[in-house]
Amino acid sequence: MCGIAGLIHRGKTANIGGELLSMLQSLKHRGPDSTGLAMYGSADSGRADEYVMRYKVAEGADLATGFKIHDEIADRFNLVRNRLAEYNAVVVSVEDSTPYARRCRFRYDGDLRRLADYLEDIEGVEILSIGKALELIKDLGDADTVGDQYQLRNFEGTHAIGHTRMATESDVDIRSAHPYWAYPFLDVSVVHNGQLTNYWNSRRALERKGHRFMSNCDSELIAVYLADSIDRGDDLEESMHRSLRAFDGVFTYVVASDNKLGMAKDYMAAKPMVLYESDEFVALASEEVAIRSVFPHEIETIDPYEGEVRVWQS
Amino acid sequence: MAELTSTSSMHAEKLTGRTQQIFFSAVESDRLASPHAIEVDFAKSAEIDAEGRSAREVNQDIAARMRDGCGTITVLNPGAKHSLGVGILNRLNLNFKGSLGYFGCGLSDGPNIHISGRVGWSCAENMMSGTVVIEKNAGSTFGAAIRGGDLVCKGDVGSRTGIDMKGGTIIIGGRTGAFSGFMMQRGRMIVLGDAGQNLGDSMYDGIIYVGGKIAGLGVDAVDAEMTELECDWIRRKLEMYGLEAPNGVENLRKIESGKQLWNYDSLEPTEKKLVL
Repeated sequence: MCGIAGLIHRGKTANIGGELLSMLQSLKHRGPDSTGLAMYGSADSGRADEYVMRYKVAEGADLATGFKIHDEIADRFNLVRNRLAEYNAVVVSVEDSTPYARRCRFRYDGDLRRLADYLEDIEGVEILSIGKALELIKDLGDADTVGDQYQLRNFEGTHAIGHTRMATESDVDIRSAHPYWAYPFLDVSVVHNGQLTNYWNSRRALERKGHRFMSNCDSELIAVYLADSIDRGDDLEESMHRSLRAFDGVFTYVVASDNKLGMAKDYMAAKPMVLYESDEFVALASEEVAIRSVFPHEIETIDPYEGEVRVWQS
Repeated sequence: MAELTSTSSMHAEKLTGRTQQIFFSAVESDRLASPHAIEVDFAKSAEIDAEGRSAREVNQDIAARMRDGCGTITVLNPGAKHSLGVGILNRLNLNFKGSLGYFGCGLSDGPNIHISGRVGWSCAENMMSGTVVIEKNAGSTFGAAIRGGDLVCKGDVGSRTGIDMKGGTIIIGGRTGAFSGFMMQRGRMIVLGDAGQNLGDSMYDGIIYVGGKIAGLGVDAVDAEMTELECDWIRRKLEMYGLEAPNGVENLRKIESGKQLWNYDSLEPTEKKLVL
């Protein structure tokens, strides 16, 4: 079933971590397997060559596989640091999020895709996001669990998207959890509720173009498709319209870029989305209860229609 | 009552234990209600605050107030909770001051329900009789499989409105989404605004009236001619709920089944028994 949510503040920053966690916890019944958040913070230092990267070197479940895994994790973290140095990336700061995931700020003026590929070549390493503002966090458990684990309750920023997952066609692990970063494009992330029935055909077509997939989850296809479309010169909204024609199945997805939040609904309109919009704030979610967790009072909400694409700017 | 139903040959089987059935009575003295209906006084009212309570607790509270004889119940702060006001098989004036989530007012048979806010997906699913009136918007699968009563949304509704409806009337003040009236089998739907793609797709019977633009008809949905009798009926219905057709009732477009996919008769199983 899965629950998706997104919010954007127009012209100001706010505690988007607390707000989105509250929305996602309200959607727990739609998917308790994993929770993920893509948040657009005020981390941008203003330097063109400075990035923030979220990555993991193992799955949480790996920790129960024996003593050796802890040494392997330490080795993988060291390898990441060495490879960054090898590519002349200057690490500004490193923070442990969990025993197997880190947040790293670094400066680098080379080919970001080459660097990302080199890092992901290390066994168990997956880059969850690289961006100027985007920070993508996902793990097993409900929103409260993930929020506490990664200390996200007071995350300041302009906009965010999130997902509560009920695993159906791929594993219960971080790799298959949403959101997906639109690798290798900075600051583009996607969450999705539904099924894409032409997943394998579309995936093979994109792989032939050189795109890589880290999971077998159909939602990743949307992120990669949008990345490919943006790469060919379309803007975000055009890419989203194009995606509605390209994908078969029933789906509603939410996408975010460095300063935009968007939603798209397929032509069958079989997956829910409720939308609240004011001059200062936009919130959307699979169910109104999620929006009401941020706005307890009565509000005007609508259901976007079939084939509808909407984009808002922060 | 048992005699009436058996003499009409509707329920000849003698069922016992868990399979025992108790049938609806059509006799006025039996209050046209389910056998377990409670006698309520509409002048006796009660308020329930849903704030901080689960849907189950609120629904149990509604039932308890009915057992106390309250015929008018107002629920405050429903907070878009799911499954509120469901399974009410009784005459009752029930008012929600706010919005409901998914599956609100489903399986109801008799109550008149008014909602001052909006409703989520699947409002009034399987409604048998009574009225449900929503002042704002509604989500998708609005009035799925209803069999009777009036279901009214004064705003816009999502897709698949009246999917599989088998009777009753659905009235929409604004727009409806794609696949409205999908596999509709009976009843009437009045849409005063626009209708989305595939309107009336695979409908077996029933009628859809549309005041605005239709994005596209579904398989086997065809245009039909309005009659004066229908116009009068629609005017009366709209007047009951304070609605108006923007371009006049006589200019509504009437859609019905082309019956090219029609491969069974339109009778309910119990009615079939009567005929046979």
